[in-house]
Amino acid sequence: MSTPLLEVKNLSVSFDVSRPWLNRKLEGQDKVLLKAVNDVSFSINKGETFAIVGESGSGKSTIARLIVGLLKPSSGDVFFEGKSLSAGLEGAEARKLRRRFQMIFQDPFASLNPRWHVADIVAEPLRVFKTETGKQRREKVGELLSLVGLSPEDGAKFPHQFSGGQRQRIAIARALAANPDFIVCDEPTSALDVSVQAQILNLMKDLQDKLGLTYLFISHDLSVVRHMADRIGVLYLGRMAEIADAKSLFVDRQHPYTRMLLDAVPDLGMTGKPRKPVEGEIPSPLDPPSGCVFNPRCPLANARCRTERPELRLYGPTWAACHAVEEGRDKAA
Amino acid sequence: MSTPVLSVEGMTVQFPTRRGILTAVDDVSFSIKAGEVLGVVGESGAGKSMTGSAIIGLIEPPGRISSGQVFLHGERIDTLPAEKMRRVRGRKIGMIFQDPLTSLNPLYTVAEQLVETIRTHLPLSAADARKRAIGLLDDVGIPDASRRIDDYPHQFSGGMRQRVVIALALCADPDLVIADEPTTALDVSVQAQIIDVMKKLCAEKGAAIMLITHDMGVIAEIADRVAVMYAGRLAEIGPVRKVISDAAHPYTKGLMGSIPSLLSDAERLTQIPGSMPRLTAIPQGCPFNPRCSYAFDRCYIERPDPLPHDERRVACWLYDKEEALS
Amino acid sequence: MSASAPPGRRPMGLFSRIIDSDIFYSFRTSPVAVVAASIALILILAAVFAPWIAPYNPFDPRTLNLMDGYTAPMETSFAGNYFLLGADHQGRDVFSTILYGSRVSLLVGLSATLFAMTLGVSLGLIAGYRGGFTDAIIMRICDIQLTFPAILIALLIFGVARGLIPPSQQESTALYVLILAIGLSNWAQFARTVRGATMVERQKDYVAAARIMGVHPLFILVRHILPNVTGPVLVIATIGLALAIIEEATLSFLGVGVPPTQPSLGTLIRIGQQFLFSGEWWILFFPALTLVLLALSVNLLGDWLRDALNPRLRK
Repeated sequence: MSTPLLEVKNLSVSFDVSRPWLNRKLEGQDKVLLKAVNDVSFSINKGETFAIVGESGSGKSTIARLIVGLLKPSSGDVFFEGKSLSAGLEGAEARKLRRRFQMIFQDPFASLNPRWHVADIVAEPLRVFKTETGKQRREKVGELLSLVGLSPEDGAKFPHQFSGGQRQRIAIARALAANPDFIVCDEPTSALDVSVQAQILNLMKDLQDKLGLTYLFISHDLSVVRHMADRIGVLYLGRMAEIADAKSLFVDRQHPYTRMLLDAVPDLGMTGKPRKPVEGEIPSPLDPPSGCVFNPRCPLANARCRTERPELRLYGPTWAACHAVEEGRDKAA
Repeated sequence: MSTPVLSVEGMTVQFPTRRGILTAVDDVSFSIKAGEVLGVVGESGAGKSMTGSAIIGLIEPPGRISSGQVFLHGERIDTLPAEKMRRVRGRKIGMIFQDPLTSLNPLYTVAEQLVETIRTHLPLSAADARKRAIGLLDDVGIPDASRRIDDYPHQFSGGMRQRVVIALALCADPDLVIADEPTTALDVSVQAQIIDVMKKLCAEKGAAIMLITHDMGVIAEIADRVAVMYAGRLAEIGPVRKVISDAAHPYTKGLMGSIPSLLSDAERLTQIPGSMPRLTAIPQGCPFNPRCSYAFDRCYIERPDPLPHDERRVACWLYDKEEALS
Repeated sequence: MSASAPPGRRPMGLFSRIIDSDIFYSFRTSPVAVVAASIALILILAAVFAPWIAPYNPFDPRTLNLMDGYTAPMETSFAGNYFLLGADHQGRDVFSTILYGSRVSLLVGLSATLFAMTLGVSLGLIAGYRGGFTDAIIMRICDIQLTFPAILIALLIFGVARGLIPPSQQESTALYVLILAIGLSNWAQFARTVRGATMVERQKDYVAAARIMGVHPLFILVRHILPNVTGPVLVIATIGLALAIIEEATLSFLGVGVPPTQPSLGTLIRIGQQFLFSGEWWILFFPALTLVLLALSVNLLGDWLRDALNPRLRK
């Protein structure tokens, strides 16, 4: 465990969301940049599940897309087994690496080409990476479909003949086809019903045990993350608020935002007990607050929080970016 | 308070298609009292939203209520002509949908929409209606309501917009509010705020709420009773605490087990094998029988109607008294 | 109580899949579509098999008899020949000229549409997928072209081509020039629609999945995106076919289209209109009727197809 499987260092990305050039010149506006991900660092060890939780607009899906190379970072880098991926996915070295990571998407209706047979969808990585040929490939597709709980005969069907959960199984089979080590899962169950979600989560856990997979698991649902993750990063407005072991996060959360998120989760065990509503809403990422981005909603915010941006610091087993935690104000409150 | 606000009896909704008649809602009965919150849960395709649309008479043709009756305060409403039903919808039934943008007209200010709706249903002057609208926005927790009322919907954030929709639904002091996934499009931290508002207002105004959602957590917090739907039918209906902590129907049991919890450390979640049948292929007998680990002969032949079981009704032969005797 | 569905559907052959499909059902239940398709089919078959169906070969000077000239429909001429739809001033059988004429019209219309489709779809795919500068250039050309009537552009291209090709070869190349001109005047519709559809598809996760694997962009365009944008392309192609046929007729009517040795419906109409006021109405009427029927039926088919493929209207 000397080098982590994946290491993200000071990753930032900005999107140009300004009006078209001509409108801008005519209306005398400046370029508008949206900082979707801001100086994010974390690492993932082989065989573990690292989860990123955050609400909409936190930049969690953007991080996923940066890691798999669908987007290029504005600054910072991603290292896979110590090798930089920042050159994008064009080089020969990166081409070899690409085989080793895959992605599972949120919407199983959009992630499978509706005009392709399921067998062709699952076989696409095999074709691209030329790992098997002809008959072997067909056998492998059958094996993969069985592995995810479908039947090899399902390969002859089209995606629209399957339910959402079954489609997500097909997507998982495709992700596994080229024997990857690392799978980025972008909200893999948020489009599914709970009973189907349980099936998919169990399947993903089983596959991890069987194949020694490493997951980056992105979700907005803390209960799902609690169930899946070994370590968790809490993202707020493009910045990491807290990184902790799954166990410590739920027992001994440090950052006030994490605390707020946990309090806001409806839980069946709490029937009748009202959850604590959170003050305010997430500010626009176009115009983030100065200092700590959470300060307008934070019950512990003071003058320092409004001006100075907190860095991630280690508190016991947990990394947190909070002045209040640093100064011990959270315990006093 | 003897007659319930809403009472649905044996309602069946069917869609004729070229491959045969699809039954989206099948023989569903329940009632809601004043001030009560009935949660309707189920997975996609269970018919929960269709039940809501059927009650307010908004099923897209060729779909129709093929049998059963719907009563509002003891008065039958499913047979009302479209024009009369439209008035009932605005005056006595308020509606809240998942996407606030579909309920708000982007071209008019919030004030215009609220005042117009209020004056359509209540005999108020424009000034009084505006006063009432500001009061409503205050009630749903929009800060600085008297100024923000003249904003357009797009100037509000997602959570605030949903508050405006709630205000709009409560305009005419409806007796019944039907909320279809009101918090699904919102972030967790905002969900709690919206649920709080709905709960508070309905308690104050004594309106009955039918809350349609797939989220058991939301139901647990706000509902008094819960109806669990499966493949267009009621699987179980009863007090929310009972159903959540001690589910009776095998489907409800599986559903509860499959929800990951913040408190439990379980390695694996309970899972129900398979998936809900499509409307084109609902099995004979109990629709849950292919996925049920308790199923016995009778379940494959005869369809169970909701049977009384302590304070609830459960559509499962396991709870048939005669079955227990034999 | 539950739905009556065929239990356990077995995998079906292509033919039964088509018969069972929603599209075919929508076709069967639309009288307009069935009538339009029948008319179009009859006209197309008649054109294809013209040499076998036509009672006369109107372009073989040896069989022509000036004595047959101006014979009215369903009458026998002085020379003893029967003409179903009459004969023209040169004694050519109008029915036969229509058969041969629609052959030319259809050939030009189909080829031009095919050409426009290939060009438009390719450019649309590239513009939609690449975006940015490439997209801006292609779409601005589209916009410019769409501000002029197609017929004007076809005339322009036709004129330019005429100027470039030596007179000795003009006769033999006229048909190709015509196809090129009509095709080039119609590609913009395809490009615009395909670009929009491509931009939607490009955002979808199945494209992202392919990109993560490093699939070549050309493969993504052709194998992933193209099959998903065929619906609207088919609709435009059908309506475009009707437009191309009319465009060809217009050009030929203006005398700049097909060479006189290969008269199309447009040419026949041009010839016929000289005799309209002298009483020989049939020389104009029947070719014009054929043109209207052909264009209308193809157009109605396109309309039906657009509705049938529109998921929002699908029940």
